[in-house]
Amino acid sequence: MIAKPDGFLNSDRGNRRTGRGLAIRTAAAIAPLCLAACQSALLDPKGVIGLAEKTILIDSLAIMLAIVVPTIVATLGFAWWYRASNTKARYRPAFVYSGRLELVVWSIPLLVIILLGGVIWIGAHQLDPAKPLASDAPPLQVQVVSLDWKWLFIYPDQQIASVNRLVIPAGVPVHFTLTSASVMNAFFIPRLGSMIYTMNRMTTQLNLRADAPGTFQGLSSDYSGDGFAGMHFEVRSLPGDQFADWIDTARKSGPALDPSSYMALAQQSFATPPFTYRTADAGLFGKIVSQQLPPGPGPHAGLPDVTVSSRTAN
Amino acid sequence: MSASQAATAVSHSDAVLVTRRIIAGYGFWIFLLSDIIMFSAFFAAYAVLSAQTAGGPSGKDLFNLTNVAIETACLLLSSFTCGLASIGARTKNSLWFYGAMTATFFLGAAFLGLEIREFAGLVARGAGPARSAFLSSFFTLVGCHGLHVTAGLLWLLTMMAQVLAKGYRPDIQRRILCFGLFWHTLDIIWVALFTVVYLLGVAQ
Amino acid sequence: MLGKLTWGAIPFDQPIPLIAGGLVGVGLLCLLALVVLKGWFPYVWREWITSVDHKRIGVMYTLLAMTMLLRGFTDAIMMRTQQALAFRAPGYLPPEHYDQIFAAHGTMMIFFVAMPFMIGLMNFVVPLQLGIRDVAFPTLNSVGFWLTATGALLANISLVVGEFSRATWLPFPPLSELAYSPGVGVDYYLWAIEISGAGTLVSGINLVTTILKMHAPGMTYFRMPIFCWTTLASNLLIVAAFPLLTATLAMLLLDRYLGFHFFTNEGGGNVMMFMNLIWAWGHPEIYILILPAFGIYSEVISTFSRKPIFGYRSMVAATMAICLLSFTVWLHHFFTMGAGADVNAVFGIASSIIAVPTGVKLFNWMFTLFGGRIVFAPPMLWSMGFLVTFIIGGMTGVLLAVPPADFVLHNSLFLVAHFHNVLIGGLLFGAFAGYTFWFPKAFGFRLHEGLGKAAFWCWFIGFYVAFMPLYVLGLMGMTRRMQHYDVPEWHPWLLIAAAGAVIILAGIVLQIVQLVVSFRRRDELRDVTGDPWNGRSLEWSTASPPPAFNFAVLPQVGGLDAYWAMKQPGEHTKEPAYADIEMPVNSPTGFICAFFATFMGFALIWHIWWLAILSAAGAYATFVVFAWRDRDEYTIPAATVAYLDRTNRRAREAAPVSITAAP
Repeated sequence: MIAKPDGFLNSDRGNRRTGRGLAIRTAAAIAPLCLAACQSALLDPKGVIGLAEKTILIDSLAIMLAIVVPTIVATLGFAWWYRASNTKARYRPAFVYSGRLELVVWSIPLLVIILLGGVIWIGAHQLDPAKPLASDAPPLQVQVVSLDWKWLFIYPDQQIASVNRLVIPAGVPVHFTLTSASVMNAFFIPRLGSMIYTMNRMTTQLNLRADAPGTFQGLSSDYSGDGFAGMHFEVRSLPGDQFADWIDTARKSGPALDPSSYMALAQQSFATPPFTYRTADAGLFGKIVSQQLPPGPGPHAGLPDVTVSSRTAN
Repeated sequence: MSASQAATAVSHSDAVLVTRRIIAGYGFWIFLLSDIIMFSAFFAAYAVLSAQTAGGPSGKDLFNLTNVAIETACLLLSSFTCGLASIGARTKNSLWFYGAMTATFFLGAAFLGLEIREFAGLVARGAGPARSAFLSSFFTLVGCHGLHVTAGLLWLLTMMAQVLAKGYRPDIQRRILCFGLFWHTLDIIWVALFTVVYLLGVAQ
Repeated sequence: MLGKLTWGAIPFDQPIPLIAGGLVGVGLLCLLALVVLKGWFPYVWREWITSVDHKRIGVMYTLLAMTMLLRGFTDAIMMRTQQALAFRAPGYLPPEHYDQIFAAHGTMMIFFVAMPFMIGLMNFVVPLQLGIRDVAFPTLNSVGFWLTATGALLANISLVVGEFSRATWLPFPPLSELAYSPGVGVDYYLWAIEISGAGTLVSGINLVTTILKMHAPGMTYFRMPIFCWTTLASNLLIVAAFPLLTATLAMLLLDRYLGFHFFTNEGGGNVMMFMNLIWAWGHPEIYILILPAFGIYSEVISTFSRKPIFGYRSMVAATMAICLLSFTVWLHHFFTMGAGADVNAVFGIASSIIAVPTGVKLFNWMFTLFGGRIVFAPPMLWSMGFLVTFIIGGMTGVLLAVPPADFVLHNSLFLVAHFHNVLIGGLLFGAFAGYTFWFPKAFGFRLHEGLGKAAFWCWFIGFYVAFMPLYVLGLMGMTRRMQHYDVPEWHPWLLIAAAGAVIILAGIVLQIVQLVVSFRRRDELRDVTGDPWNGRSLEWSTASPPPAFNFAVLPQVGGLDAYWAMKQPGEHTKEPAYADIEMPVNSPTGFICAFFATFMGFALIWHIWWLAILSAAGAYATFVVFAWRDRDEYTIPAATVAYLDRTNRRAREAAPVSITAAP
């Protein structure tokens, strides 16, 4: 299970550039840019929420482009036609007010915003992250804890836990309950949609669903300190039976997640490779939220008191 | 600038159709409004955090309304004497001015002394600002007002010294006007503070 | 004795900041030596450092902004190269350094480039446009400037003594709390912003009072140029919003210095309160910056179209609507915090409503072009660049105000592209338009036009090359502030973005060359009339550079575009009766006060308590000495006034390009 996934987690520090790597990069640089759309996580979503958000994004953009493009064209057109050197253009210095134009000028943006306001109201309600997804199957419960600088996923019903790898069944809604062990972070799987903040002493709710099996990237999208750039995780959406297999395998190996191993995990660390816990304390998440387990320590824990700068710590 | 010069020359501020006294007062009012907005942030923080006692004491356990009543009386009375001092300055009546300013100073100092005593008592009981978010916001809000009073007292003494040294010059008159506005504003803020923090705190 | 300050605070092991800081230090020393050795010091001290003249202060603000732009841009180009290199590689900046750089970039650009640039232009122009001789409180104006400079200085000292904040340009707790940021970086940020924020507040109070209470005879509110209106709106926002910033950062300071629990994880602190408070300042701040730029565009577009602004009253209404609405939308900065659907929807709609007055402004500028006789001088080019670019930035902004879209775009490079789109395409282009527009007014000669146009095109093209890829990267799910990454699809776009930064660099170099070349050729670029652009408002009715008293006699204003009306045929202005003019005397109060503030800030950052107390006492003593002075105005004799005004009148009458030629 610790096998490295394709290209995402394998080089946090110091992959040497090889000649072949350079060639591939050059090729990538000149590759046709139309590929970008398929590569774009947000325009090619793999989950129901992401799909709905993409629709709203494109609809809103279309509504606005309908007015923005003509405005740009008209602005440039006026500017070109009324250039001082154009003797055919009529100079109208007295054209400084027109009641009709004022009406148009105020009502066009107003109408656009009324239309968009409807999109906003409906969208904000339909896609509220806390709103459960309609489904026959009961949602999978996952508790998410952001730590410095890694992700802990606790499966309370299965009583296992995983670090830096999230495995979910395809086609089944997942209900995330999220908190942070230390500083703020945001939990985000671009291909599945909605991100949400994680905060210490508080929980947030998020509902997502992967429509088909696949491997996606997940990341923290709220800067959280020096290890932030390495704070990503792999998301695997598996068919139902394979998901059950994964649970069984996870139960057979790995350490146990209890308050003491959690406290060890809560120490700051960079780019932790993924691993699983064979058992997970059922009340652990609650204890983190209620601070029965103290918030994660900051830098230099256990080192002499260094209060000047990162430089003197070394 | 001699008087004859003043009569013929066009002052830079005559550009305006209003007097310098009005400009100074107007500008200072705008400053006071911004100061009130700063207090509103501390009030908001207090409102958000007043229930977050982190297992420590709440306002009901800590506040002594008698003490606060005496503080309030001192401050309100000092506003009155400050008003008398303004009249004294306008009429250039030194007896009124110095007498009322001195009274204002002692009333303000009494207020400050009572507040410091209250704070020291709280810290001694283990209810200092680092105890809980509630106490942090309490000490900050009340302390910020206390710092304003302290600055006001310093300003008051400076103004007395200035009148003593320079007399009732127009620019000093303008400063006395601003000082008066400042002192009355502290009263207004105290009334809000007294209500929101102490009265509501005890009633909880 | 020296608190936490030890030799360990100086980064002997890190060549980049040490060399950069060393070079800046040596440069400053050389400059100082030059000034002293050449005997210029008395001039600099008398005419600039202690000056309370709003024009001089405005110029110094602008100079500060342009200097800090170089610093902020250096940070930017370092970030772009790091991200271009850091694909599956550590790059050349380790996280603890990279994190300081993006925090410093944001802090510099907002607080020490955008703010002083706008405040400088407002300071310089507004009294001239209102037809008055100075601002309401000239000495306070100087205090405000020098406090801003103090903040900039403290933020730059962190380059070589200690470190800068690694908690982003708005220090979000709990990351910025002592537990997670034990270094002095956040303290540098906090004191720099607290001190410069006080300066900004002073300047805001000053300009609000000036605009509301001081006008030339006949200059009613509805005859003020649009720039005065946007300045008024912007400064009202400063007065209303900056106290919130001061209070919020003070709470964080108390947390860090005295163990309070406003935003800590422990003790019942609440980080969501910080988010709300800081953005209750932060969103109005965006309009504090963009509104004056809107004013500049209004002046420039109207002048170079040879037309009054279209829909003046609509423009005023839109400005004041933006001013009010800006306080109702702060929550859109954290839709992803998990507030309910109703809250998100209300704030989303409120945010997009701001697009209505902004859209009205764009249409009005468009109709100002219509029927004009447009000259594409550099200020106009910047304005045209703005009109096109800002519409795109505004559109992506409204897109981000749609909560479900924000759920996937928040904190992404799409967001970064959006706000650079409005900050560069809106604010900075406006600042440059204003700079090239009013430069001849300030110095009496124009900037070289060809180099100005070349600089514009580099900036314009460079902007698109640098930031359009970031929109794409945002749609690919790339988040901001990444020191390295492993996703191959992102890499080519980051290479393009880095190339864009290089094109912008070329634009900056051209601007520096333009300044040098224009200075050397100042005689052929000389503006003797005081009206190089065929201007419309009162600042063009006086000499370039204007005399200390601005106007020999206060102009009589009869309507909009007051100077345009005066220039019309038949409007022969007789020579007025000159009188003595009293102007405020110079004062070193601002400079000395800032001197003490610098030491106080530094002492507080490094816990050198005795020095902090000493400096505070020094600052108080400075004000007492100021209050004790007996003379606050000096007299300019009528003969001098008459001589200066007659010279300008003759030059105007002799000028070949007569405004009366306009049909």
